Amino acid sequence: MKFSSEEILETVGMIAEDKLDIRTVTLGVSLLDCSDPDPAACARKVRRKILAKAAKLSEKTRFVADEYGLPIINKRISLTPLSLVVPVADPAAFAEVARAVDEAGAELGVDFIGGYTAMIQKGETAIDRALIAAMPGVLATTGRFCASVVLASTRAGINMDGCYAMSRVIKETAARTADRDGIGCAKLVLFANPVEDNPFMAGAFFGTGESESAILVGVSGPGAVRRALQKLGPEADLGQVAETIKKTAFKITRAGELVGRAMADQLGVSFGILDLSLAPTPAEGDSVGQILETMGLAMPGAPGSTAALMMLNDAVKKGGLFASSSVGGLSGAFIPVSEDASMIAAAEAGAITIEKLEAMTSVCSVGLDMIAVPGTTSEETLAAVIADEMAIGCANNKTTAVRIIPAPGKDVGDSVSFGGLLGKAPVMAVSGISADIFVRRGGRIPAPLQALTN
Amino acid sequence: MEKKKKHIIVTVIGRDEVGIVARIATSLAGQNINIIDINQTILGGELFAMTLLADRVNCSLSLPEITARLKESVEGMALQVTVQDSEVFQYMHRV
Repeated sequence: MKFSSEEILETVGMIAEDKLDIRTVTLGVSLLDCSDPDPAACARKVRRKILAKAAKLSEKTRFVADEYGLPIINKRISLTPLSLVVPVADPAAFAEVARAVDEAGAELGVDFIGGYTAMIQKGETAIDRALIAAMPGVLATTGRFCASVVLASTRAGINMDGCYAMSRVIKETAARTADRDGIGCAKLVLFANPVEDNPFMAGAFFGTGESESAILVGVSGPGAVRRALQKLGPEADLGQVAETIKKTAFKITRAGELVGRAMADQLGVSFGILDLSLAPTPAEGDSVGQILETMGLAMPGAPGSTAALMMLNDAVKKGGLFASSSVGGLSGAFIPVSEDASMIAAAEAGAITIEKLEAMTSVCSVGLDMIAVPGTTSEETLAAVIADEMAIGCANNKTTAVRIIPAPGKDVGDSVSFGGLLGKAPVMAVSGISADIFVRRGGRIPAPLQALTN
Repeated sequence: MEKKKKHIIVTVIGRDEVGIVARIATSLAGQNINIIDINQTILGGELFAMTLLADRVNCSLSLPEITARLKESVEGMALQVTVQDSEVFQYMHRV
């Protein structure tokens, strides 16, 4: 036979038992031709463009999943940052266009749409300010439209006024979605050095260097990596562990490559990128934290977690890059707290803290992700936590992000629950030591040196 | 879908019983699907495992429909049946 029974059974087991799946097929759509100073006309053009480009996204996603017997969990759309599309500095205009986007998404049956986005790493325009002013309302009243704001980059430094402003937006968004544990904040990502071809939410947007439309694919196979490491046993040295991760990542990536090519072919658009990130879900066995446990840590957050995560992330990339010529997006290991059963357990047990997570984000993508903190956390403290994470991205020339939920009316010991892929998160303690004066200084932290980098 | 090859891999795993291969083969024949290669073994003395390569170029049914018919053919038996395009295996196991 062309394939051995072992090979076939391995793949079948990866899908059936280890939950190997295609996390998302995301269609990037440029909205650069939809700009119009009349908000109603702009909303109409945006809606028409989305409906035209993604008309067959749901149907073709189902077809490809059926045809290859590979589950595809989400279908999504990423858009040109809306700050570049709506040319008027009026929050009401952004609210109107956002509503049109959300309605188009509902009509098409897509799971999420990304692109309620502004890039203010160096400063804000009047338009950016209008987009941000409308953001809490948009996040509270739309179901699928996700927001992101770029606050820092290696070349621009950190916009501290932006960090402070966004901490206020986060608090207001939490308050406006208080009846659902502040779920609005789960749809808002703050970035340093974002990528423009990210298929994952909530931080996806389709950058200005992209084509008219392209397929962006994200795979999910932490369970398959864990299974391979379990088979390897505890005696194998770390070189063998890395080798096993590489081989498994290769296979997972190939599945994504196949689906990406088929989707692009079916929709008649180019295959943009394949994102190698091992994206976990709250489902048992679909966990990045459990890979760290299989590597030999009692829980994620134990000493050694940063080293183990660095190795995992690096090996995934080495295996994945050989498997596809279209690697892009974030391509790292995700460690969201609420979306990973093992990370949830570690946070509940106090094994993992925000400070340890922050250290781990220096070696993985993407940052402090899906972290619930007490609802009473001050705007200044939130801004300082955001700034710390931006600094890690800035100084290390990598993407980092913050998706944090100051859970209304909740404190350490409580938990928040969002359901679905967003999962549930125990409320984690934030240091009570003040950074108020530092944050209130405002201004911009200059771009870090690119040489003499020790 | 326009494709040159229409090869599928059928995998059947579960409790061994008399007649599994016969039922699967009959169902495939009924759907005008041609078996190209077949591997069957009993793992650990009791677990039935079969992998089968077949050509569905003359079958107009979709993959989920083929799967449903195969599952129907072994209904009542403790078996797990999966059907996938062989390209999945080509991609994952061959450089």
